Amino acid sequence: MESRPPVEDWAIDFDHFDPQWTENPYLLWNDLRQRCPVATSQRFQDGAYFATRYDDVREIACDAEHFSSRRVIVRERKLPLIFSPPITSDPPEHKPARKLLLPAFAPKEIAKLEDRARAICRSLLDAIGDSPTCDGAGDYARQIPVRVIAHMLGVSEDNGDLFRDWIYRILSEGVSNPAAAMGAMQEQDAFFKEQVELRRKQPGDDLVSFLINAELDGKPLSEPHILGTLRLLMIAGIDSIWSGIGSSIWHLATHPEDRKRLVADPGLLPTAIEEFLRAYSPVTMAREVVKEKTLSGCPFQPGGQVLLSFPAANRDPSKFAEADRVLIDRAENPHVAFGLGRHRCLGSNLARMEMTVAVDEWLKRFPDFHETPGKKTTWSEGTVRGPRSMPLTINR
Amino acid sequence: MRKVMRVAIATDRCQGHNRCCLVAPELFEADDEGNAHVHGDGIVPAGLEAKARLAVANCPEQAVRLTSG
Ligand code: HEM
Ligand code: SF4
Repeated sequence: MESRPPVEDWAIDFDHFDPQWTENPYLLWNDLRQRCPVATSQRFQDGAYFATRYDDVREIACDAEHFSSRRVIVRERKLPLIFSPPITSDPPEHKPARKLLLPAFAPKEIAKLEDRARAICRSLLDAIGDSPTCDGAGDYARQIPVRVIAHMLGVSEDNGDLFRDWIYRILSEGVSNPAAAMGAMQEQDAFFKEQVELRRKQPGDDLVSFLINAELDGKPLSEPHILGTLRLLMIAGIDSIWSGIGSSIWHLATHPEDRKRLVADPGLLPTAIEEFLRAYSPVTMAREVVKEKTLSGCPFQPGGQVLLSFPAANRDPSKFAEADRVLIDRAENPHVAFGLGRHRCLGSNLARMEMTVAVDEWLKRFPDFHETPGKKTTWSEGTVRGPRSMPLTINR
Repeated sequence: MRKVMRVAIATDRCQGHNRCCLVAPELFEADDEGNAHVHGDGIVPAGLEAKARLAVANCPEQAVRLTSG
């Protein structure tokens, strides 16, 4: 990202690419939640809104009449509308486009991938071997989901760099440089077009073949629908998970008491993973206002872009007791890291499985590790938050 | 006599987050689309009341309902 004018008043000039936000957004959100629960900004075309209260986030996520999913990324300049069903769909088109995908992501199907995910994690741990230090993000977290999604798509797991480059251009660089985002999407489409051709000749047990065989209203999906959904699955299923895995490992690297407790009692893993998802929620979405609506006293004007922050909702103390404390045995945790309502993350079972497997395998191999003194973890910018580089020292 | 506790899922609210199935697999299961259903008639066996309450508390969509009487 290019340098941007620093933010002075977050209530009327917020910028989720500002270095303060990247470094530690939680204090900013807590302050806004108290003094101005819906912040605004003119840095983004037609104005942008950012709600920090759980109740407002719930309203926006569940109200497609006023808040449309046709734009799901807040950008400086709006791109032409992009067709990536179901995430960019509103009712009534949304439901059938989502329903046809559900069976491929149900718990039963995802359970079949666990062995492959474990094998991927173990081979990455083998590669770290007995080196005393590593980059927990680049050497581990970032490598896992690209390989799993490549496996699901039936393409080579060596495509990781290519996939990561597309995602960076669409989600980060593309916020201020529309040509970068459009170029990456064209490359993705060309890649997937070729895969669709190949699979039509030789079907396999993979998502591309699944979409070729899927039906909508009794008819096969159009090619733009297939390509749009494939683009979505790749973008949605990669840096969200690596951010989730990275943040979990970062927490354990910086909180030795939680690390020791989890190593001693792996039965805590399920509540710990849900708590990491709550406290370090990776994904912030967006909506476009299509009809005026007032929330927490703030009018949302049509055309405005809404930053829909599930991460901020998850830190709202009116919904979560001790919201800023990470409690790895938190028993009551209805977090919204995977969103709320009709667009609830379709990949949540896959994401939860990968995060659990990745943390479990890491702790089995490296029960004792910490952030390398004098070096700093850096965080990704924008709407998917996770460690970009994480210098770790491993004790043996 | 012990009051009978029952769980039910409001299918119009359930979005398949699957939290209920994970905290109380004895009471809920996911179907082929990932949406949750109660096992059998939804009567909570003695000893599982706490798990039933946990399922209620962890559902982000407020789709798990408890009744007793
Ligand atoms: C930790 C990892 C993940 C997080 C935190 C996450 C988060 C989210 C959130 C918050 C939404 C709601 C979008 C909205 O309301 O507009 C969403 C939707 C979606 N996610 Fe994920 N996601 C993750 C992983 C995945 C994976 C692995 C996949 C699939 C490969 C995936 C596929 C999708 C799809 C297809 C949707 C759109 C569903 C719809 O519109 O009906 N996600 N995700
Ligand atoms: S936790 Fe709630 S939304 Fe999720 S499957 Fe259970 S009932 Fe449905």
